[in-house]
Amino acid sequence: MFALGDRVRTRIANPAGHTRLPRYLSGRAGRVDAVLGTLPYPDRRAEGIVSARETAYTVRFENADVWGPDGEPRGSICADLFESYLEPLEEQ
Amino acid sequence: MSHVHDGAHESSHESSAGAANRVKTLVAALEAANVLTERELDETVESFLAHAQPANGARVVARAWVDDAFRERLLADGNAAVAELGIDLAHWAPVRLRVVANGPGRHNLIVCTLCSCYPLALLGPSPTWYKSDAYRSRAVRDPRGILAEFGTHVDAGVEITVWDSTAEVRYLVLPERPAGTESLSETELEALVTRNGLIGTALV
Repeated sequence: MFALGDRVRTRIANPAGHTRLPRYLSGRAGRVDAVLGTLPYPDRRAEGIVSARETAYTVRFENADVWGPDGEPRGSICADLFESYLEPLEEQ
Repeated sequence: MSHVHDGAHESSHESSAGAANRVKTLVAALEAANVLTERELDETVESFLAHAQPANGARVVARAWVDDAFRERLLADGNAAVAELGIDLAHWAPVRLRVVANGPGRHNLIVCTLCSCYPLALLGPSPTWYKSDAYRSRAVRDPRGILAEFGTHVDAGVEITVWDSTAEVRYLVLPERPAGTESLSETELEALVTRNGLIGTALV
């Protein structure tokens, strides 16, 4: 479980099945912007386990942490991501 | 706007023909299996379109502009706040609404990079460009460039947050109330609100 403000990193993942972790946000560092509680977990639901739910978070990524120096220099991207996609990241 | 629009035309033309064929096949299979009839399907779509109107989004925004307490409730719990206006957001799917407010130095843009998630109940069916590969891939990478193509100039000092709707949360931008509208009624304010303003590709 993560809390508001926690630093997290998304796992590097390229599953053969359905996922809601966008590839461009795989392996990126961000910060928990909101705790959403449990939501239907599409990765398992796509495998026929229709009751699957998992805790989800809104995670904010700074543009530079996603695109390096080549993207929009200021600002951030927020995405809604499931617990399984995330691992804790120590404060720097 | 040319990049987004040209891309949308080409790719949507091909994929919508393919999708139409798949839908036809699927409906025929469901009818054959006695799961549903085409008439039931039509009634559901008609009922959906009757409820899911861009006017709903305009009502929500105009109320937030004239009522600070409502604005606070809207930003804290979108579903509960729009329910006050008689809008049942989760009628079609168990989605949650998060409203994100533009302000001085702060702009918000909504996208769904994985598919085309969109606050249907508040904005009606989404525009073709919202579903285009060009918008979905570029909104996260070059939001300022996308805005410029929509003719929307955002100062370099304004920080843009892009909201990628990847789960069951639907996002709606609360635009800033335009200057010089102090004397307008709530109904007159509703008329100023545009769909693109609530997606974030335009200012209001």
